Amino acid sequence: MMKLAKKDILGIRDMTVDEINLILETAESFLEISTREIKKVPTLRGKSIINLFYEASTRTRTSFEIAGKRLSADTINISASTSSVVKGETLIDTARNLEAMNPDIIVLRHSAAGAPHLLASLVRQSIINAGDGAHEHPSQALLDMMTIREKKGQLAGLKVAIIGDILHSRVARSNIYGLSKMGARIVVAGPATMMPRNIEQMGVKACTKLEDAITDADVVMMLRIQLERQKQNIFPSLREYAQHYCLNRKNIKLAKPDVIVMHPGPINRGVEISPDIADDPGCSVILDQVNNGVAVRMALLYMLSGGNE
Amino acid sequence: MKLLLKGARVIDPSQKMDARMDILLEEGKISSCGTTIKAPPEAQVVNLAGMIAVPGLIDMHVHLREPGLEYKETIATGSAAAVAGGFTSIACMPNTEPVNDNRSITEFILRKATEANLARVYPIGAISVGSEGKQMTEFWDLKEAGVIALSDDGKPVMDAALMRHAMEYAGSLDLPVIQHCEDIHLSAGGLMNEGYWSTMLGLPGIPSIAEEAMVGRDILIAEYTQTRIHIAHVSTAGSVRLIRDAKMRGLNVTAETAPHYFTLTDECLQDYDTRYKVSPPLRSEADIAAISEGISDGTIDAIACDHAPHGRTDKEVEFVYAANGISGLETSLGLSLNLVHEGILTWEKLITAMSCNPARILNLDKGTLKKGSDADITVIDPEQTWTVDVKTFVSRGKNSPFSGRKMKGRAVLTIVAGDIKYDGRAL
Repeated sequence: MMKLAKKDILGIRDMTVDEINLILETAESFLEISTREIKKVPTLRGKSIINLFYEASTRTRTSFEIAGKRLSADTINISASTSSVVKGETLIDTARNLEAMNPDIIVLRHSAAGAPHLLASLVRQSIINAGDGAHEHPSQALLDMMTIREKKGQLAGLKVAIIGDILHSRVARSNIYGLSKMGARIVVAGPATMMPRNIEQMGVKACTKLEDAITDADVVMMLRIQLERQKQNIFPSLREYAQHYCLNRKNIKLAKPDVIVMHPGPINRGVEISPDIADDPGCSVILDQVNNGVAVRMALLYMLSGGNE
Repeated sequence: MKLLLKGARVIDPSQKMDARMDILLEEGKISSCGTTIKAPPEAQVVNLAGMIAVPGLIDMHVHLREPGLEYKETIATGSAAAVAGGFTSIACMPNTEPVNDNRSITEFILRKATEANLARVYPIGAISVGSEGKQMTEFWDLKEAGVIALSDDGKPVMDAALMRHAMEYAGSLDLPVIQHCEDIHLSAGGLMNEGYWSTMLGLPGIPSIAEEAMVGRDILIAEYTQTRIHIAHVSTAGSVRLIRDAKMRGLNVTAETAPHYFTLTDECLQDYDTRYKVSPPLRSEADIAAISEGISDGTIDAIACDHAPHGRTDKEVEFVYAANGISGLETSLGLSLNLVHEGILTWEKLITAMSCNPARILNLDKGTLKKGSDADITVIDPEQTWTVDVKTFVSRGKNSPFSGRKMKGRAVLTIVAGDIKYDGRAL
């Protein structure tokens, strides 16, 4: 087995195709553990993992915690609010203090793009980026790629539509990096105000109409819309957004008949996806994503702990 | 004190002079300049064969941080950095704590500068009280106290009516108004140039139009009111075009840029290195080309480094919280000399941009080696190669992305009022 020659998982941008394949294969081999009666293996016994979350997160934090525990690592959760951190201890001091307690891996979620890179340059522990601002969310893209591969057999040649607030989405960026490396064709769509400048230079096609993007798509990935963006005047109202960017029974017909529908969660039902599509086991793979998320995170923790040597 | 500088190549654009000359300095003034001057008794003779002597360099945009932010820089350390970088005069921005918006702060700065006794320090006063963009400061009183220009520095005057009135009132006092052009609504939340790299990095972008919208607005005000405006640290091709057009129409518009805007692009930010975080942000290759062209054709009058010293704690934080700016006084000449090495500027144009034009814009009787003028001279060793090492910076601010960069050409003697304030010949 090839070794993952990385100290940290900061993003998909700096990953090779071989590394992505290796992680996905390792994750697939871990899927079975979560189906056992006793969902625990001793692989990471004696290792400690700190989940350092500066942003609220239920799904990702729980997923990392379960992943660690199923591998018998000790997991510690720290929730910090960025505002108190600005006034008080710096990220660097927090990190140095944690480093002095000798954990093995720090999983960091932070609202500032680049925060995991700063941390990784300062501490000897492995850092996993669990989402940094609008930059990257590598474990999410890996679980998305795992889910697509599980349902479609491969990634190369697929048409993937990513819909919503591309500008502010780390999920979109990590998926664009990953899926394009793996040979998928990507179309992004959203209101013009939510489209980052020069996005085409990332190797994607960009449009402003949902219908144009999802036509003949194999995969439709819907992004969460943040209500507070309304205050920045980048869209007028959720009502208008939902009228034009909600995936529903009617517009989904434009996609391939065997299209799969994804969402990183949490869903705004009726805004990004109509409830009947979200709950339709025929196309929605949203809960498969969550299930695969635990396996992907187990794989990352395992591989960064030197388990793949 | 008499000083005879022998055998340097003297480049003085104010006199269209470029020749091997001797210069005699007496009583703080240039007493003569000629092909061979015999040393008068008790004169100190300095042999400058192979060196270039120019009118003392002037940086019209620096931050000395005192009063209030002495952990970043003081007037003493900042003026020491200035002479070490070859600058005989510097103009300091008012964004201290408290802001230099009244006579007492101006007088304090001047007293500290006199005590430091290194570079000449010219304070720039605030346009509005506290630089809050609301109430005009007492321009007249500030001028009498020693302020040579007005600016709200990094807090651009968003209120166009206030800007109009400031330009009119300052115009009647012949005080230049300097604007950091940035429409803060267009740049709101932005951390780097908006473009491919901000998209890649997921950092909020600052569009070039945030700068250009205000450059355009202020040019219109200057035209309408028949006053002058100086545009600080131009960073975009669009600004260069607007300023060039305004000058062609005969408007009284001047502009400066900083070495990082003709040296670095936003690609430098790809590892979130906060040393590259500046305001306005680093732009694209096309902008670099336009700025170099702008300096070359005279659209951009001056090179000013926007010396922005910071402490480690200001930069060793998440990118979003990191302070803007580069500690620039000790690298400005080296980086600007690159434009000469690359054939973009002649020596004459370089010295015009780093001495004659800043003097002209700020109404200083400087930037010349004419007989009788102040004996402010910078001597440059054009062949010396050296490597930037922030550990050797005289400035308290060690925040430079140029650390490790190879340079060719360096100031070796900085003479202010006939006194050698910096002697780097042994380095």
